[in-house]
Amino acid sequence: MAVITYREALNEALREEMARDESVFLIGEEVAEYDGAYKVSKNLLEAFGEWRVRDAPIAELGFAGLGVGAAMVGLRPIVEFMTWNFALLALDQVINSAAKLYQMSGGQYNVPIVFRGPGGAALMLAAQHSQSPESWLAYVPGLKICSPATPYDAKGLLKSAVRDNDPVVFIEGELLYNVKGEVPEDEEILVPIGSADVKRQGDDVTIVTYGKMVHEALRAAETLATEDEVEAEVVDLRSVRPIDVPTVLASVRKTNRAVIVEEGWPVANIGAQIVDDIQREAFDALDAPVARVTGLDVPMPYARNLEKLVQPSAENICTAARDVCYI
Amino acid sequence: MATKETRAHGNTPAKDTPAKPAAADGPDLPGLEPGELKELLRLMILARRFEEKAAESYQLGKIGGFLHLYIGQEAVAAGAITALREDDYVISAYRDHAQALIRGIPARAVMAELYGRATGCSKGMGGSMHLFDRSVNFLGGHAIVGSHLPIAAGVGYAIRYRGGDQVCLCFFGDAAVNIGAFHEALNMAAKWELPVIWIIENNAYGMGTDIRRSAAISELVDRACAYEGTASTQVDGMDVQKVRAAVDEAVRTAREEKRPSLIEAITYRFMGHSMADPSHGTYRAREEVEGWREDDPILSLSDQLIAADVITAEEYEEMDRAVIEEVEGSAEFADASPSPDESHIYDLVYSDEYPHGLDRRDSWR
Repeated sequence: MAVITYREALNEALREEMARDESVFLIGEEVAEYDGAYKVSKNLLEAFGEWRVRDAPIAELGFAGLGVGAAMVGLRPIVEFMTWNFALLALDQVINSAAKLYQMSGGQYNVPIVFRGPGGAALMLAAQHSQSPESWLAYVPGLKICSPATPYDAKGLLKSAVRDNDPVVFIEGELLYNVKGEVPEDEEILVPIGSADVKRQGDDVTIVTYGKMVHEALRAAETLATEDEVEAEVVDLRSVRPIDVPTVLASVRKTNRAVIVEEGWPVANIGAQIVDDIQREAFDALDAPVARVTGLDVPMPYARNLEKLVQPSAENICTAARDVCYI
Repeated sequence: MATKETRAHGNTPAKDTPAKPAAADGPDLPGLEPGELKELLRLMILARRFEEKAAESYQLGKIGGFLHLYIGQEAVAAGAITALREDDYVISAYRDHAQALIRGIPARAVMAELYGRATGCSKGMGGSMHLFDRSVNFLGGHAIVGSHLPIAAGVGYAIRYRGGDQVCLCFFGDAAVNIGAFHEALNMAAKWELPVIWIIENNAYGMGTDIRRSAAISELVDRACAYEGTASTQVDGMDVQKVRAAVDEAVRTAREEKRPSLIEAITYRFMGHSMADPSHGTYRAREEVEGWREDDPILSLSDQLIAADVITAEEYEEMDRAVIEEVEGSAEFADASPSPDESHIYDLVYSDEYPHGLDRRDSWR
């Protein structure tokens, strides 16, 4: 079992899928000669040439739409956004074109495309570079949304996303690229889209989360075990559309308590959706109201202390978990 | 009959600057065979009669939503699309009925789509603005202005990626030249030498706004100079043979030189922007519309073909009758067709697996 970074895992996924299927190509700003702004596409230009690893002009709407057109006629584009903040310029193509063409054409034109890039806060990049786009996109029928936390899931989900016949939004974490984890060598890894993974078993409280917050949740779970003798079960959604509601419900029915953690803003977000699923389908299992830990309801400030204050921490998660356990 | 100069519009220069003769320096006429000329005439009549029937059905409440008619502009779609091969691609904005018909989608499938029926070319899921037919490489009907231009660039990219020699023909209105997607798409197509033919259907108005009031350029075709390698020409969009000649040349440029072209076809819509908009009133005068109607592209061609003995007046009447019959039949077919099956409401959201189902939150239904 090799230990590699999240960045290397994504690179392996791209390389393997491009080698496997000639219709797969990568397009985005700086993906070719520069090896990717975050080096995810390192050495791919050399391996596959300029038509398959294409440096795009700074024109997110344009190259996202180019991907949609290529997908309509049979290619499998992977569109890299340098960050999802810049992808806001391309949302017309993601939402009005990619997500709708299959139905709007009466099932004649499916759009096998992956839109990928990092989301969430990094370090002191301020309001326009620190946003979590998941709920903006999860609202839209026609899209699938992945947000992996570990190198294994990053590789397995990206490979599944490339093979999926519909548009997949793939949100990476800017601060996750250096995270290391075990990824088997010489083995085809395909993580199904829409399947959650229980990252830690526990009987006392369920922590539902995804992406970067999985790591905070696991840290919180260790603290809770040591300091409070509370065993938390950490459910990593991995995909936020579709949400693996059955796995969430099974865990809540076991622990009778839930804390939902996400990096983004608190209003109309993924956690709000999951609370609805839990209250409708597992109301009788609950021993406490479901708690939510989110980013604070403000644009991200620049100052180091304020940036830390705005984002959920393991400490915040422990507080919420103790609340639902009435500790 | 109005002269070219009097009916030039769009960003025609002020009178004290020398007027650019639209298409005067364009390519020679293509020298079409009599059969091809008759077919061009028939296709334009089909587009006209279809729109007339659609307007009637709309007034009767059989068609919903927006309905943007193509009446007056038929020479553009007919001249352009007939220049293509079967394996080429066509993509359009939302004023797309004529393009769909001329590309070969049966009138009954287009009419049934307008009626929202399961037998429509998009199974009743798209409507007037979203006509699709994969079997004739008709890539839609797109209703966000400018959004399909990058998509057309992507089709061009796929053609080059596979080493093919097809082309992608992309229709859009004059007002689309002002949206960012226009620039982004033309820039990529030029830089990567994509075989896309951009056709501005300059009918003078973006909805009710005169293009001269919104575009900071006097001739829209001149925008091409910003995209090196893009061939460009302005053509009389009321003359189907001139449109055909311009697109023939653009097709050759795309196939042989792998270069995109920007064609500005000067045309005019005789009706309002949509059925909600009268043909004249707030933003254009009755006299202006009447002036353009004198230059009806169908009558111009039929007069020319009759004068040249390519077709007799009787044959023309017969052609028209046959088209009317086809169009009437399409409306009867649409009327008799079933609505889409409600039990399949979730079937076309995803083509691939969607775990846990889309219906888990609709228990109120």
